[in-house]
Amino acid sequence: MNLTVNGVARDVESAPLTTLLDVLREELGVTSPKAGCEQGGCGACTVLVDGEPQRACLTPVGAIEGAQVTTVEGLGAPESLSPLQQAFTHHYAAQCGFCTSGMMLAAEAYLQRGGTDDREAIQEALAGHVCRCTGYVKIIDAVAAVARGDSFDLSVTAASAGMTNLGGGDR
Amino acid sequence: MTQATEVLFPTSAEEAIAQFGDGGDVTVLGGGTIVMPELTYGRLAPSKVVSLARAGLDTLEADGTSVTIGAALPIARLAELADDVTALAQCALNVADYEIRRQGTVGGNVCAGAGHDAPRGDLQGPLLALEAQARSVGSAGEATESLEEFLAHRDGRLLLDLTFEKPAASAFAAIDYPHTHEYTVLAVTGVRTAGGETRLAATGVAGYGTRLRAAEAAGDPQQAGAAAVGDVRLGDDALASTWYREQTLPVLVRRVLAELEEAA
Repeated sequence: MNLTVNGVARDVESAPLTTLLDVLREELGVTSPKAGCEQGGCGACTVLVDGEPQRACLTPVGAIEGAQVTTVEGLGAPESLSPLQQAFTHHYAAQCGFCTSGMMLAAEAYLQRGGTDDREAIQEALAGHVCRCTGYVKIIDAVAAVARGDSFDLSVTAASAGMTNLGGGDR
Repeated sequence: MTQATEVLFPTSAEEAIAQFGDGGDVTVLGGGTIVMPELTYGRLAPSKVVSLARAGLDTLEADGTSVTIGAALPIARLAELADDVTALAQCALNVADYEIRRQGTVGGNVCAGAGHDAPRGDLQGPLLALEAQARSVGSAGEATESLEEFLAHRDGRLLLDLTFEKPAASAFAAIDYPHTHEYTVLAVTGVRTAGGETRLAATGVAGYGTRLRAAEAAGDPQQAGAAAVGDVRLGDDALASTWYREQTLPVLVRRVLAELEEAA
């Protein structure tokens, strides 16, 4: 069967009940989707399937034959980061990084469907994603910044530019 | 694991029905949110899997008086019923998270076996209160019966769709869950029919949905709340103790009845 992964047509030989997560990581060598709980609860394996976020660990590959699959590798390149990738960098939205690719793809879909910088709406959109570093404030900061249309100078960090909610109260 | 399994992707309802056959030794795969972890963790090793991904059972039809929901309709699409069947739309938006609601199917949610660590079958409550009719196939051929009857003997049957009359009003109340999980702890649905009848049902009382008939027959909301506790065998699981459910079920019943009263 065939999949288009980050714009490139790929042949898939795995059995149809193999999870999309295993196909990406084990057969195709795309390792940004993470194998976290592998039962749909943590969000770390989330990829975009035809533009919508979906748990790769819950998706039998046979059910999405011919689909367009996007992982963070497909959002931008190191020398040309997407606005969301720039925002995550600028706002230090990644700590250990394990949840980051799932968070970014859910956030990308949220922004694509016209999501605003409303923090509750962002929380709702990312509700299925667990960050065990508990770095939610900065993740929401980053998504809100893109929704507002902020631009980012990656030579300056958010903290030194005084742009984060240090001192708290806002989560 | 998957190599020895016969996996079928029927492309029509007729094909799905034929491949399901008498249901013997068939695992039905809807969105995958329940079945896939079972396969991943080796708790299930089916010899035959029928996926409904392309079977065309993902329909949602509503006319002036009734609604028919295909078994493979993604849960998220029930939000389209927000105007006509408020409680069902609210309940659907309370299921898990954005991605799971898009991937999980109505049929899978309704047919989920009773949960042990947490209740399952979020949608059972509203659909029981709506007295949905379940159309299914299996060894005894096609049958249409109340969802309540269907749930009592669903093993070996393939749910095709659910039909119910649009209510005059409906209301939904649930215990808010904390950020750390997205399960329905306890929820109550109330329906006021066009004929003025009030029906109540709960999800999460013990791992499965239950109609609250004694509460329906009670004289006032206070009595209904108390009676609801007698309608059910309250569960004790990772999300809530029996004691906690006993305290909160009457509150949810009263809240739903008050909302129905306001809608009248």
